[in-house]
Amino acid sequence: MNEKIVKKFVPIAVYVLFILISLILGYGPGKEIGMNFAVFSIGMIKVLPCAFILIGLFEVWVKNETIKKHLGAASGFKGYVWAVLLSGTTIGGLYVAFPVAYSLYNKGARLSVIFTYLGASALCRIPMTIFEASFLGLKFSIIRLLVSLPLVIATSMLLGSYLTKNKYEILKGK
Amino acid sequence: MVYMYALTALALVVSFASNRRKTLKALKIALKKFLKILPAFLTMLILISIVLFLIPDQLIAEYLGHKNLSVALLFAALFGSITIMPGFIAFPLSGILLGKGVPYMIISAFTTTLMIVGVLSYPVEKAYFGTKVTIMRNAISFCIALVVALVTGLFFGEVL
Repeated sequence: MNEKIVKKFVPIAVYVLFILISLILGYGPGKEIGMNFAVFSIGMIKVLPCAFILIGLFEVWVKNETIKKHLGAASGFKGYVWAVLLSGTTIGGLYVAFPVAYSLYNKGARLSVIFTYLGASALCRIPMTIFEASFLGLKFSIIRLLVSLPLVIATSMLLGSYLTKNKYEILKGK
Repeated sequence: MVYMYALTALALVVSFASNRRKTLKALKIALKKFLKILPAFLTMLILISIVLFLIPDQLIAEYLGHKNLSVALLFAALFGSITIMPGFIAFPLSGILLGKGVPYMIISAFTTTLMIVGVLSYPVEKAYFGTKVTIMRNAISFCIALVVALVTGLFFGEVL
């Protein structure tokens, strides 16, 4: 256990030290890396508290049966439709979708639906798509959505059934 | 962004009004889950800060503008996979590149891999879903992005 903690935190400590020394000595690349870290941390700090509070509320209020019924093994194709609709409202990016998908899975959503949710929340977030279209044109965004979504759903089905056959299980308790 | 805060606040208030204990439990779950994944997030942020220093926007712009279409496509997909960029940087940058004559197909390879392939978010994804699934999902996503880029190229008359 101790060794694990050391392995996890030594690189982080080395990094922090490097950034601090760079700031003190005015070492350019170190300062720039530190800035990058700050900018991206702030971006995530803006999103993550909300995301995790909503996940917490989801865990206590939404019944397992509800998720099983709409996203579980017996939900059929509708499960994918729900996954895509749900993903449209996701904010931030994949890093927010991972914990959400994990909670959904623990509440009984099936694997293929989870993968569809992940892929779709990377590609179909509504605010992002609107922004994209304003810079690259509507045609570009529509082609992207129409080509990627069916591929995401199809490969999710394949990956889901492959993993289910191989008795894959996501670790509990994160 | 503002809507998200409003929504979260509203959800909390409604939840609190209908059941205090459940709401406190929800907040506890939220905190516990957040703290558990925090090291993975830190690792990801450290990776992002270093990779973005090594691969600045100018470098990406240069390679995406490569004359050979296949080379540009490959670099676009590669850069999109190994970097992370918020949309408000990625799309304006893409818009500028488009204006400079970079084909839609190349832009598509870049932005699509940027969205769906996450090499830098590997620490977080692995913490939830394990190494094997993370690698498989990213490999599949990379292929999907290439198909999307090629079809985009076809529709904009850039290939064939």
